[in-house]
Amino acid sequence: MFKKFSPSTDIAGQTPVKSSVQRAIRAAVLAQWKIEPETLEAVWPKKEGLVHVKCREHVSIYTVHGEPLIIQHFDGPYYPTLRLLHKYPYILPRVGIDRGAIRFLLAGAPMMCPGLTSKGGYLPPADDALPAGASVAIYAEGKEHAVGVGLLKLGTEEIRKINKDVGVELATYLGDDLWALKSL
Amino acid sequence: MPSKKNQTPVVSVPASEEPEGPPTPDPIPPVQILYCSVCSFPAEYCEFGSSLTKCKVWLKEEHPDLFDKFYSDDALTSKVGTLSLEAQAKLEKDTAKKEAKASAKADAALKKKLASQVIIKRIERNKRKHVTSVAGLEAFGIDLKKAAKQFASKFATGSSVTKNLQGLDEIVVQGDVSDEILEMIEAGAGVLKGIPADNVEIVEEKKKKGGD
Repeated sequence: MFKKFSPSTDIAGQTPVKSSVQRAIRAAVLAQWKIEPETLEAVWPKKEGLVHVKCREHVSIYTVHGEPLIIQHFDGPYYPTLRLLHKYPYILPRVGIDRGAIRFLLAGAPMMCPGLTSKGGYLPPADDALPAGASVAIYAEGKEHAVGVGLLKLGTEEIRKINKDVGVELATYLGDDLWALKSL
Repeated sequence: MPSKKNQTPVVSVPASEEPEGPPTPDPIPPVQILYCSVCSFPAEYCEFGSSLTKCKVWLKEEHPDLFDKFYSDDALTSKVGTLSLEAQAKLEKDTAKKEAKASAKADAALKKKLASQVIIKRIERNKRKHVTSVAGLEAFGIDLKKAAKQFASKFATGSSVTKNLQGLDEIVVQGDVSDEILEMIEAGAGVLKGIPADNVEIVEEKKKKGGD
């Protein structure tokens, strides 16, 4: 999504978000992320207006004080930005990739199933299975912090079973153009 | 309006099925992460960046304990983990290549910056009125909007960022202020920092006969 992104050409406009819409976003975020209302309040105080940064191809970025916090594609799930995820690593369920896949992930490739099911990878256990379309934090083998935020193309159980082709699609990753952008 | 959520009583009621971190009335403080000041990645990801040698030097100076953790011998061997030897060798080769490429790119960018020109152009509007256009400032990492604002307040005239015929941004200041702008650039006033005076040129543009 953000492999190539330059603020001067890709941003169509910035508008403050209506408070009713903000309330809807807040509720949705609370429902989708494992974040407590208090913590969300700390990163995004109710008093501070959210700014909607509209980008090309239906990508929306929501910023508070110019700092990107939430990204959304079309009307899909809300993703936290990687910097936010680093601060609050528990808000998204995690999947892990093996060491061989890190290189490709940092080049912006979607994650293939074998990289998730191999020894270095990690998928949540069967009773914690995630359905397709869930947003996940992607961790790397031997590393402490998340390396990307993605969207499950297959459910975690399906990934185990099929073990072929794309398992997780990337939304944002370490070193992409959104990462380089500290403020908007 | 719904009542405030952060006024939950101290006897904490588990708000949701939280596996880690018991729900507390206080916001959970963010995790502090050390970002590399060279490549901006978290320090543990420097090895995948394009400036590993520089990052290593930085980490060794600033955080020797972390340097030992990431780059000591047994850390390196354990890191190889599930990778086969050939894959590891390939990865290292790739990293070296990437690094060389990045440094070459940085060199080229620097050279380009040194070679790029700032052109101050005096444009005649009619016989005794002029505007001054300043082009090429963006190559030196100057925020054109801020620079235009600075000119406007300094000369008390209109000053704006406009696109020229080539589609590049330039600053147009009302009035003939080319010499003053040259002086400002030489002195490095305000946001106009880091421009070598040799790269600045003043040219004049006469209005063509017949007008437009």
